[in-house]
Amino acid sequence: MADSTIAFKGTKEQEAKLMEAIELHRSQPGPLMPVLQAAQDIYGYMPREVLEIISRQMQMSLSDIYGIVTFYSQFHLEPKGKHKIHICLGTACYVKGAGKILERFEKELGIKDGECTPDGNFSIDALRCVGACGLAPVMSVNDDVYGKVTEDQVPEILAKYKA
Amino acid sequence: MEMVNVKIDNVSLQVPSGSTVLEAAKLANIQIPTLCYMRGLNEIGACRICLTEVKGNRTLVAACVFPVFEGMEARTNTPALRKSRKQTLELIVSDHNKKCLSCSRSGDCELQRLCMEYGVDEDIFEGNVNETLPDDSSPSFVRDNSKCILCRRCVSSCANVQAISVISPVMRGFDTEIKCAFGDNVANSPCVNCGQCIIVCPTGALMEKDDTAKVWDAISDPSKKVFAYAAPSIHVTLGEAFGMPTGSRVSGKIAASMRRLGFDGVFDMNLTADLTIMEEANELLERIKNNGKLPLITSCSPGWVKYCEHYFPEFVDNLSSCKSPQQMFGAVLKTYYAQKHGIDPKDIFVVSVVPCTAKKFEARRDNQSAAGVQDVDVAIVTRELARMIKTAGIDFAGLADEAFDNPFESGSGAGQIFGATGGVMEAALRTASSWLDKSFNVIDFTEVRGPEAIRYATYNVGGIEVKVAVASGLANAKALLEKVRDGEVECHFIEIMACPGGCINGGGQPFLPDSVRNNVDIVSLRSKAIYGADKDLPVRKSHEHPDIKMLYEEFFGSPGSHKAHEILHTKYVKRGL
Repeated sequence: MADSTIAFKGTKEQEAKLMEAIELHRSQPGPLMPVLQAAQDIYGYMPREVLEIISRQMQMSLSDIYGIVTFYSQFHLEPKGKHKIHICLGTACYVKGAGKILERFEKELGIKDGECTPDGNFSIDALRCVGACGLAPVMSVNDDVYGKVTEDQVPEILAKYKA
Repeated sequence: MEMVNVKIDNVSLQVPSGSTVLEAAKLANIQIPTLCYMRGLNEIGACRICLTEVKGNRTLVAACVFPVFEGMEARTNTPALRKSRKQTLELIVSDHNKKCLSCSRSGDCELQRLCMEYGVDEDIFEGNVNETLPDDSSPSFVRDNSKCILCRRCVSSCANVQAISVISPVMRGFDTEIKCAFGDNVANSPCVNCGQCIIVCPTGALMEKDDTAKVWDAISDPSKKVFAYAAPSIHVTLGEAFGMPTGSRVSGKIAASMRRLGFDGVFDMNLTADLTIMEEANELLERIKNNGKLPLITSCSPGWVKYCEHYFPEFVDNLSSCKSPQQMFGAVLKTYYAQKHGIDPKDIFVVSVVPCTAKKFEARRDNQSAAGVQDVDVAIVTRELARMIKTAGIDFAGLADEAFDNPFESGSGAGQIFGATGGVMEAALRTASSWLDKSFNVIDFTEVRGPEAIRYATYNVGGIEVKVAVASGLANAKALLEKVRDGEVECHFIEIMACPGGCINGGGQPFLPDSVRNNVDIVSLRSKAIYGADKDLPVRKSHEHPDIKMLYEEFFGSPGSHKAHEILHTKYVKRGL
């Protein structure tokens, strides 16, 4: 719960889009949520620099905005990787060893659940039930789904995307 | 007022329509227990301690927010309620740091008191405990979230009373914590150190940074001359820490108790409040006559000064360049007094006793070192002095009155009222008006006294029209400054104090139980005592006080002199956000 380890690489174009969204919602009742959602669409996550712009523009305290961002699971404080690894931790997957698979991915990549590798290549997110319990433990990388995964398969799955 | 008929615990009575069950019960002499509730500040029904049975209602209701209705029948003390409240407390303490023996709130902790009343088993729910580290980055206070019960009183105070919201609930559910954005240390946030969060905290999660050890060390160091002085508001608040009624005037007992603690000199800070007035009234008249930057805004309240630096940097040049009374006293002791008594300023250890956690920050500011060393070595708050007196075994309430040491044994009534909102303004007006027109014989400028949030007045003295405004509490200050900035209000002189009601309600003042805070207007009782003390003092205008005359005759020359500027004035910075 501190700043992201990934350096902020926002562009002028992104900032212009954010300002546009702020102007669009500013006069509406409850303008913060749509602005935050727009910000995440534009930047892919919620870095401090973006929250600071929103705080200044909307004249709301940074800690109030941060409190809201951390309350809703739809907002991410960390950027997502080029390859998004999702691991189901639903009940069925969990009892079939999904926890061990998550741990192995964390070990192989040196990051924790919810984080992104410093080179921006991989991010890991644990999910609740994805509705494919027959394939438990199930996981995906981007749009590729992997079922009945074992811990030993983790390095070879990663290798496919490292090239 | 429209009244409704209700029945509470078999007692029939009429209560005003729109009351809550909690308020109605009070009228029936029943105090329903509360924990997150604080009247006018935090009425959110979050903690569920005040649960009550209302006939016809499917579930138990939170008395602090549930409105009464015609014919309502409520029960506040049934086996089900006692069980529910006890269980709620047990759940709260299951994730609470229970090191009560070494907690400085032990004995006046609201959670501890309720747990005793309900016979709580503190170990019944064993399970996960949030791992948190105390944030002691501020020179003023420590936040220890292991003792936080998430009542949100501090959050409400920071957001609604002070309008700065540097803390918020972060994350959710079991992971929720009250902290700054991105978990930053509070010292790196635009917190103003006012301590309004501390005085509303029901537990030991928020406490002043305890500096008493430094004071004890200095007292027992034979190479140090340790001088201490008590701020104006302390004169009417310290007694509360020893069970005396709110509004007790205890100046004589303060002098007596401080002397017994072993200080080498004990003085009355009212005197340097007077000194501030000499410099500030002069600064005001100079700025008016020479088309200087107006409005002039007072700078005695360090919470307000830091607020201005962060949130209204465009007004920093409007701040009076006068040091605060705390800093002036340190500066006078390490220059004038040191020279007169042949003491090296490095051997003087200055302790100010103040109602204010922000004074701890102020004591460490740059440009506060008239003699080449910091003007003030340690600032301790009212509660810390009370702790020292208790440690020393001094029977405070039983002490006979004694005088402070001469010189600086007293100030004028004008210095005394610095402790209340409008007091600095009134003190300045007493002196400025006398200077402008010797025949102007007003002492009580009642227009600038409380309790309205923002007060305006216009005075015509000696052919000069002076428009003034007073605000306390930073949300009120913000509203006033926005009007001044937008040209809606024209003013020559503004007094702002960070804490609502002024220093008498400062963040370092004695804790009072919720049962008192929620029922008694403590600000008005303390304020009444301050103005009572003012009336009884023989000298009521700063410039007429003999010690003030002596200081200018022997040392400073005249207000605003070169020497006065070097020793009694300072600079502020534009911090921004």
